[in-house]
Amino acid sequence: MAVVSADNRGLRLGARYAVLVLVAVIFVFPLLFMAMSSLKPDQQLLSDTDSLRAFLPVGDISLNNYFAAFERAPIGVFVFNSVLVTGITVILALFVCSLAAFAFVFLDWSGRGFIFSVLLATLIIPYESIFIPLLLMASQLPWIGTGGFEIGWLNTYRVQIIPFVADGLSIFLFVQYFKDLPRELIEASRVEGASWWFVYRKVVLPLSGPVIATAAILKFLFMYNQYLWPLMVVQAEEIRPVMVGLGYFTDQLNVPWGEVMAYLTIITVPVLAFYLSLQRAFIASVASTGVKG
Amino acid sequence: MKRNLILAAVIAGSFTGSAMAQTELSLWYHGAGSANAEEALVNQLVEEFNASQSDWKVVIETFPQLAYNDAVGAAALAGNLPDILDVDGPIMPNWAWANYMQPLGIDEAKLEGYLPGTIGRWNGDVYSVGLWDAAVALTTRKSTLDKYGIRVPTLDEPWSLDEFNGALEKIAASGDFEYPLDLGMAWKGEWYPYAFSPLLQSFGGDIIDRSTYKTAEGALNGDEALAFGEWWQSLFENKFAPGTSQDAADRDNGLLEGKYALSWNGNWAALPVVEAFGDDALFLPAPDFGNGSKIGAASWQFGISANSEHPEGARAFIEFALQDRWFSAFSDGTGLIPVTASAAAGTKNYNPGGPLEVFYDLSKAQALVRPVTPGYIVQAKVFEKALADIANGADVADTLDAAVDEINEDIERNSGYGH
Repeated sequence: MAVVSADNRGLRLGARYAVLVLVAVIFVFPLLFMAMSSLKPDQQLLSDTDSLRAFLPVGDISLNNYFAAFERAPIGVFVFNSVLVTGITVILALFVCSLAAFAFVFLDWSGRGFIFSVLLATLIIPYESIFIPLLLMASQLPWIGTGGFEIGWLNTYRVQIIPFVADGLSIFLFVQYFKDLPRELIEASRVEGASWWFVYRKVVLPLSGPVIATAAILKFLFMYNQYLWPLMVVQAEEIRPVMVGLGYFTDQLNVPWGEVMAYLTIITVPVLAFYLSLQRAFIASVASTGVKG
Repeated sequence: MKRNLILAAVIAGSFTGSAMAQTELSLWYHGAGSANAEEALVNQLVEEFNASQSDWKVVIETFPQLAYNDAVGAAALAGNLPDILDVDGPIMPNWAWANYMQPLGIDEAKLEGYLPGTIGRWNGDVYSVGLWDAAVALTTRKSTLDKYGIRVPTLDEPWSLDEFNGALEKIAASGDFEYPLDLGMAWKGEWYPYAFSPLLQSFGGDIIDRSTYKTAEGALNGDEALAFGEWWQSLFENKFAPGTSQDAADRDNGLLEGKYALSWNGNWAALPVVEAFGDDALFLPAPDFGNGSKIGAASWQFGISANSEHPEGARAFIEFALQDRWFSAFSDGTGLIPVTASAAAGTKNYNPGGPLEVFYDLSKAQALVRPVTPGYIVQAKVFEKALADIANGADVADTLDAAVDEINEDIERNSGYGH
């Protein structure tokens, strides 16, 4: 019996690995296709798509598409802009949303249940549906900057950042996570005379690594992939983000697919780097909350 | 004394400064990343205009074409349109109707002799003007036609429907080519109405009834349109032309590689054919399917935005651009067709005897602008889908009826688009 049981365990393990390998292949192959295609001339790229050669560095391989892509568009500027806008938004969002969630979970104030419900209701409203009123608002908002008082936020970095700092999903994630933290820790700190700011900073945040990672990754992906909003509010090339930059690689009739793949490979690097750096905390969060991107 | 001199110098300097100050004009251009000479020439045009006078300074902002129309729509909504707009010819009526643009206010006598597709009119006013146009021709080799005993058509005597069908049948029967005809089905979007609606118009149909612009009934689903639809479908059923799944690489190189005998393509793709085939290259007029030969017209043009605070400056810039030397420069740089005969004479490709001269003649003789209506942007997409569906085997009458319904509903929703 013991031998049969070991065989079964081996079979189960083998089946599990087979499924995992299959899933990994499904997820990795699009990236592999993109990277390999970026090395091939258009004609070969298209003809390779009906065979496994599409995923292999075979045939006429070179970095020509990368050189052409850099010649066609200011890729460095676009990547810098996206990383800057995304980075600042993520940092501000983590701070604002975690503070809001802290207030919902730990502070006792009237109407918090109702306001939290309203906040949750915003999750079902697609961003695209509020873009037009948001655009009209952004074009009329005041600002005091280095140039003095001015009206209108269009064509700036701030119009790409500030509207996206607070969002219902991030606050919801923090609220769910904070609810599971041991209340005794908070109460003990308050009994010891700690201020709410101290509790937030020294007790709650240090215990919130997984949810911070999750919220950061989701926000990063949302911001980095922004297309419609920056398209509408930004006209200057020097503050244009990567997704709008993708338009540089199509014209009315032709698409230089090799250059498109080279551009996509380049702009995928910051996303992968960010995800991999937070991967461990993200997986811990998924395991504990069941929320994933 | 010294103090007075300094004061005088400061006052003089300030007067000089104000006299020299140029008012900024913004210009939006659609060709970012186009990787051809057009963007460089637009920049050169702007630089030379700025240097040519002291009143205005044009500042250019380039957009990728994919995003350009959406960016203009958003800017119109937010009230921050630029002074000078770059606009695709068939889109212009929509922007004029939506109050994105104002009439150019240019003396129309200056536009005399221009190719018809380069002047954008809406409601009797000129709203935009182009520095170039484009034309489509049936590209082939003389030796191919000779081999199968096919007459070389001319502008005065183009192929009839029967002649054209006969030529396709002969070439197909030879088995020498994968397909006798390449229509460019791999290209999507504006190519369909630009390249194929003239064929429908030659049959006697149209995307919309141009007498009122209020309905597509009878124009897109009348007897002539049905005849066109049946003929269009037969091209794919008889394997005369590759369908919507055509390989994009074949579209680009199929004629040169000998896969196709004839290719329905634009002047922008003509030079490689001349280089490959030399004197054997032929650019033939569109067949006459009963109502005259027709090809599409109108490319990108310049106009003035409705909320420009300096229309006189924008007008000055556009008038500066309307010179033969710029038409010739753009033509030489991009391969597109110059606007006037005198400019054509100064180009390397369109001069009398030049390799692409025929395209200037085609543009002048056969060009028909796409429907001049704000609803065109919807009608073009409906037309594209209908033609793709028919090519893929959909019932012709049902498909055209559905297209008519969709176009008419859109016109109704928009209260007739001001017609």
